[in-house]
Amino acid sequence: MTAMQGVFLFTAGLILWAAFMMVTRQNLVHAAFYLILALFGVSIIFVLLDAGFLAVVQVLVYIGAISIIMIFAVMLTRGDVIEEAPVNKNYGWALLLAALFAFGLIILIGQWPAVASLAGEIDTSRDLAAELGVALVSPEGFVIPFEVASVLLLAALVGALMVARPQKKGK
Amino acid sequence: MIPLSWYLVLAALLFCIGLYGVLARKNAVAILMGVELMLNAVNINLVAFWRYFTPDLIAAHAFVVIVFAIAAAEVAVGLALVISIYRRRKTVAADEINLMKW
Repeated sequence: MTAMQGVFLFTAGLILWAAFMMVTRQNLVHAAFYLILALFGVSIIFVLLDAGFLAVVQVLVYIGAISIIMIFAVMLTRGDVIEEAPVNKNYGWALLLAALFAFGLIILIGQWPAVASLAGEIDTSRDLAAELGVALVSPEGFVIPFEVASVLLLAALVGALMVARPQKKGK
Repeated sequence: MIPLSWYLVLAALLFCIGLYGVLARKNAVAILMGVELMLNAVNINLVAFWRYFTPDLIAAHAFVVIVFAIAAAEVAVGLALVISIYRRRKTVAADEINLMKW
């Protein structure tokens, strides 16, 4: 077993453990912290896959923004409700469906011969961030998805403000 | 060296844990956290396929960046809805938000 495999197995175990703890914790603040741990593990996986820029963006966007909004939402909506159980009454079906899905996916992955392939050499001197930047604004690349994503973000920002704004009195 | 299947199995298991969280959790914020796990599993798959099959193309990176943007928009709108519901009904339990249930 090489060092890379050791790092991968450790990270994969960390991610799956954190994800499992996240979906089973009753305290939502703890769940949010386990979510941050799992997201951090995913960024380590990105580093193992030679996608350093995406790892940095993962830490910035997911851990720095999305998880913080999650924690804010948990604190704003906690109130004085005491949750009796973290799961609803259909959790048995959910467990069955998730297990069947995992089983089926792993069978499918096992049947595909290309999964045993190893990663080829990659030119580490390439500036992937610069290539991505050019691809996102070039007409041959992804300029339309990029612009649509920016409009979507603006619409989400305005929509979130409108939805979460307190109602005026007398309405 | 790490074979591709390891990444695919990790992503499949992470996706299924997220799926369980979405289907089984009661609290609406916890459901959104499960959706984040599922999106991350998809991102692992995208980057793994990029690294193993098309390392010369940049398309996978563009996809992952757009998934980040969609996830941010989804969380912003979703949490705004949750806060709005909490303000009116004093609960965020998904099975008690049955105003539109026939």
